[in-house]
Amino acid sequence: MRHLFLAVMVLIAAAPAQALPAPDTLSNPVEEARARNLQKELRCLVCQGESLDESNASLAVDLRRLIRARIRAGDSDEAIKNFLVSRYGDFILMQPPFETRTYALWLSPFAVLILGAGIAVWVVVQAKRRPQGH
Amino acid sequence: MTGEIGELALCLALALSLVMTAAGIAGTRDGAAMARSVATGAANGLLVFVALAFGALVYASIVSDFSLLNVAQNSHTLKPLIYKISGVWGNHEGSMVLWVLVLAIYSAAIAASKRGGEKLTSAALGVQGILALAFLVFILLTSNPFVRLDPPPFEGAGLNPLLQDFGLAVHPPMLYAGYVGLSATFAYAAAALITKQQDWARAARPFMLTAWIALTLGIALGSWWAYYELGWGGFWFWDPVENASLMPWLVATALLHSALATERTGAFRSWTLLLAIASFSLSLIGTFLVRSGVLSSVHSFANDPERGVFILAMIVGAIGGALALFAWRAPSLEGGASFEPASRETALLLNNVFLAAAAATVFVGTLYPLALDALTGTKISVGPPYFAITFAPIFIALLVLVPFGPRLSWRKGDLTASFRLLAPALGIALIAAAAILAFTAPRTLFGSGAFAVAAWLIAASVVDIRARGGQALRASALASVLAHAGLGVTLLGVAGTTLWRSEILEVLGPGESTAIAGYTLRFDGVKAAKGPNYDAARATITVLEDGQTIAVMHPEKRIYPAEGQDTVETAIRTTIVSDLYLALGDERDKARWVVRAYVNPLAPLIWLGALVMALGGFAALWSRLRVPRASPTAVAEAAE
Repeated sequence: MRHLFLAVMVLIAAAPAQALPAPDTLSNPVEEARARNLQKELRCLVCQGESLDESNASLAVDLRRLIRARIRAGDSDEAIKNFLVSRYGDFILMQPPFETRTYALWLSPFAVLILGAGIAVWVVVQAKRRPQGH
Repeated sequence: MTGEIGELALCLALALSLVMTAAGIAGTRDGAAMARSVATGAANGLLVFVALAFGALVYASIVSDFSLLNVAQNSHTLKPLIYKISGVWGNHEGSMVLWVLVLAIYSAAIAASKRGGEKLTSAALGVQGILALAFLVFILLTSNPFVRLDPPPFEGAGLNPLLQDFGLAVHPPMLYAGYVGLSATFAYAAAALITKQQDWARAARPFMLTAWIALTLGIALGSWWAYYELGWGGFWFWDPVENASLMPWLVATALLHSALATERTGAFRSWTLLLAIASFSLSLIGTFLVRSGVLSSVHSFANDPERGVFILAMIVGAIGGALALFAWRAPSLEGGASFEPASRETALLLNNVFLAAAAATVFVGTLYPLALDALTGTKISVGPPYFAITFAPIFIALLVLVPFGPRLSWRKGDLTASFRLLAPALGIALIAAAAILAFTAPRTLFGSGAFAVAAWLIAASVVDIRARGGQALRASALASVLAHAGLGVTLLGVAGTTLWRSEILEVLGPGESTAIAGYTLRFDGVKAAKGPNYDAARATITVLEDGQTIAVMHPEKRIYPAEGQDTVETAIRTTIVSDLYLALGDERDKARWVVRAYVNPLAPLIWLGALVMALGGFAALWSRLRVPRASPTAVAEAAE
């Protein structure tokens, strides 16, 4: 069902208008800052690689409104994120969660670094043992 | 006629690439002088015919020959001349012809330079021939730009207005010069394995440097274009298309350093070969990601897999073939001479460890969501926060170590002396960190750390020049100094923009003002304006500082009727140390407009730093090309 919904949204927003969206700001600056932060951490579902903060798609405009409505209603950032994840899946999070299926994603950069460092140490030890000159 | 000439030229080029492959490989035998001159001739012929095909496509686009499907789909009579030309590589088919054109230019350059001797050149041409063959078959079977349209339409569909920009005219050719330039390095590495010639790195060096310079400038141009064209004030989005160009750059940078050690002392011979193979493989993977449609959706790729599968086959062929060759010949490679733990060799090794980890991070971050979707159907996003947590610390750690490399001698360096020499630079870095922490807001560890590292890199380069004394002006010495200082300059820009950017979003009517970071912006209204192929709403915004008018800026909103799309045309006022960046949004109520303004401190340094890095590359290239070409025996002796 979620996929069908996504597909429909992709069709609706297929031609991303380049117009900048209307400001739809909260009067309380602290709440507005929270909304902006959330927007940066969430992804525009129908664009390629843009956050909600920098998307012009109509779905992004709607979600920005939804975030503000929830903040006004007193929801915490976590609650808003959880709500959006339950609706759209992990896909909406710019930062993927750290869980079984993303362990490899999160750990491989450091695994490569440690492996590389190990190999480097081995190479240096070997190089020192080799006879001088060549 | 144009279409037929172009298609015929591509077919002849295909035939010549076959000749080049066969003659090039045959030319690796003793006494096969005839085959070698045939390979050289084929390389020159390839260039002539691919250039002819490319010229035909450019001509068809200039004269709006809509009997060609490609021109009809991507051009329009009203498009300005420069975009009729650059539009040729703004679409898939044309960009593939440009790719082969660049490949042919590098092949002809290899044939003309004869670096590394007759046999190595011949084998390298053979490998280039295989690559040209594969791409020409790809173009003719799946991406032919000369397909006819009957009857021809009266008007073309136009080009995406976002791409109708000077940035598009220069960014792709530059990037391709880098991507495809790595094919020359790849060809030399494969040639070295075929001919068992050990000193290929010296022969390939100018091509390696050219490719690296072009990639550096190409990525910087792309980032700059995104900055001023997209209207969000951002310079890097960790978008898969951007990542596709960053991966080969990271590996090519590792290759430049590793090859230096191989050339000088014979160290890391196998590793340098592997990097040469990997860097070009990543260029191919980048092409696959961008051209197959796999990025927008795994499913759209599955529905129309022809092109993607072909490129995938090329990748598998190139990587598999090269690795098989490597596995076969690598055991016969000589090991390098010994070196101490404190030496230039160790420094270069560490450089490679960090760059490899950085490249692996970008690779995993880009491909993991695709793989997960293809294998399990789960969709996740890997956005900027992931790279901030993984890539940033790895790369910053590398930057901290950078200044030590050039200060350590080959084989046995003096770490204590290096520390002593670099002490003033360390002092400057610590002062910079303290000053940032004391006098600026927000106070973050990341902020002061980034500025400290940037100051460290730039100060260490100055220290380096001073230490070299009279030698400083030698191009080869300037190369690393400039390249490393450029990293520092770029980091200053990245840190400044990330930390201190101001941003406002207001709805303004004529005469109303708003303020941002010490500037007052007075909105003087919007007038209709007309471009060659667009209608614009052109705002006039007067910028005041301390009550004085310092600039009048005109951000625009353009509507392209032919394509039915809008673009935001930003207005940027730069003082090098800061950018004032304005973008115009929608009209809200009568004559009231949405205005977005950013002040991006130090932003221009991001691209200026890349330019300084490229200058370092040019200095290295200059020092290589001035040295008279050594005969193979002299090179072999020098390598002993």
